[in-house]
Amino acid sequence: MSGKIGVGVANELFQFAYARHPDQGRAGPVHHPVVVVGAGPVGLTLAIGLAQRGLRVVLLDDSDRIGEGSRAICFSKRCLEVWDRLGAVGPILERGVVWQAGKVFLGEAQVYGFDLLPEGGHKMPAFINLQQYYAEAFLLERARQLPGIDIRWRNRVVGAVGRADHAEVTIETPEGVYGLTAEYLVACDGARSPIRGMVGAAFVGETFEDQFLIADVKMRAGFPTERWFWFDPPFHSGQSALLHKQPDDVWRIDLQLGREADPEVERQPERVRPRIERMLGHGDFTFEWISLYRFQCRRMERFVHGRILFAGDSAHQVSPFGARGANSGVEDAENLAWKLDLLLGGGAGGLLGSYDVERIQAAEDNILNSTRATDFIAPHNDYERRLRNVTLRLARGHAFAKRMVNAGRLSRPTPYDSPLSTADDDVWDAGPAPGMPMVDAPHGEGYLTDAFIAAGLGFTLLHWGGAPVCPAGVAAIDMGGVETVSAARYGAREGSAYLLRPDGYVAARFHAPTEGAVAAALARARGGVA
Amino acid sequence: MRLETGSKFADPDAAYRLLVEAHRGLDAEASAALDAALVLVLANHIGDAEVFAAAIAAARAALD
Repeated sequence: MSGKIGVGVANELFQFAYARHPDQGRAGPVHHPVVVVGAGPVGLTLAIGLAQRGLRVVLLDDSDRIGEGSRAICFSKRCLEVWDRLGAVGPILERGVVWQAGKVFLGEAQVYGFDLLPEGGHKMPAFINLQQYYAEAFLLERARQLPGIDIRWRNRVVGAVGRADHAEVTIETPEGVYGLTAEYLVACDGARSPIRGMVGAAFVGETFEDQFLIADVKMRAGFPTERWFWFDPPFHSGQSALLHKQPDDVWRIDLQLGREADPEVERQPERVRPRIERMLGHGDFTFEWISLYRFQCRRMERFVHGRILFAGDSAHQVSPFGARGANSGVEDAENLAWKLDLLLGGGAGGLLGSYDVERIQAAEDNILNSTRATDFIAPHNDYERRLRNVTLRLARGHAFAKRMVNAGRLSRPTPYDSPLSTADDDVWDAGPAPGMPMVDAPHGEGYLTDAFIAAGLGFTLLHWGGAPVCPAGVAAIDMGGVETVSAARYGAREGSAYLLRPDGYVAARFHAPTEGAVAAALARARGGVA
Repeated sequence: MRLETGSKFADPDAAYRLLVEAHRGLDAEASAALDAALVLVLANHIGDAEVFAAAIAAARAALD
């Protein structure tokens, strides 16, 4: 069996009421530009991203509450940068626990420590830890400030059909069933996505045999705000363990239980308590949540099914080592929002294909990294266990083996080999290549990411010196001289320019931009060049 | 020449994975034989008895 078996305290933080919508009383289905299904972090990010661009969005959720259970906790720098653009990051950062360092232990001895953001000059930290229900609550608060978002609770999708130029959706409510049509229907309805079943798409990949206990415990503790990971610790012999801090004195604990563990037995609090007591050396804690998982890495073959699109866990699922689940879902939403905006404004159809191409590359990258980490943590057979164990032993003295120790490679944005990118003609000593996300740097009194937001979140040209060669509809950011941190991070010379997409990815870059070259790169990035 | 134990692979996870996948599906005997053959091939590639001896010593130290 896979999936979660949860017991514990429900965090009934946010309860919402079903309300009848006038659409329900119409004779025929009402047509909307975009219907998003699922008010989790992915659906909310997408809805806000669309509404911020002036679009109307219907957001359907089958529940009437958020806030149960132990789900995502680590939100990446890239994810925070996305939420900053949405105007939602303030309370998330304020509530979250900022961290960037970690330690890996073998037994009681530290094998190595790491720092994920060793350089300064970035607005966002490497990571924050925050219970997913808080992230959702803050995103929802932001969504409610935007007039374009129409959230409908207890609206369960029971039918979805993709047509050539629209999608049809059937929705069940406490007052019966009604229908809508949409230019685009986006399924952000989670790993068990009912809509995925409705389009008849497979969801295949690997299920890992080892079982993991995930417990959120509340306690006062003086551990640093670092990710601590143990192989074969004295308190949990032969298995792995992870400890990570969340807000409100809540700590995430993962304990590997092996293949043979009986989930019905192991999830019982009286069974879990002594395990945690052995780890902590005391019993002064309470449980917020307990669940047992078998992890899976799998994805849909394609995320675009005509006018029905998939984003987040509905499209791809990974094991949690690396924090690549929710973060990659938020990146899906970011990738899709500006493309849907252009498409609804009559933009080129190639944009939709580029969502598939780019986010499948990201899903592959995330599955690859999560699979490697899970296999290292839970080896498949005796050979792999022996190889893993000698790697850990060699890592005590040798740098090469330290780099092979894999307790999770933490989420970073995936570079795209994209049809929207224009390949470099020039030689660059540094900086993000086309298909890579912009790099933050100090800029004026603030940061480059601030300037990007202030420029309007459209296509944006960063230019160093001189008058910008800037096509109509593209905002320009004057980067100043070439003796700056940002010039160094971008490998910029006098006259260099970067063309950024609305999601902050680099579309093209030039040392000596010409009007024709920038315009051609822009057309390509807008999906207009085959 | 000295034994190099600094990290040399651009992607160490990919190198580790190559080894894992080479052994998948082999029984214990075949797996041990593959490792032995691999050691000889790599030792010859190094081609320096002093470096090879240092590598053996480093590997033995990891068993303690």
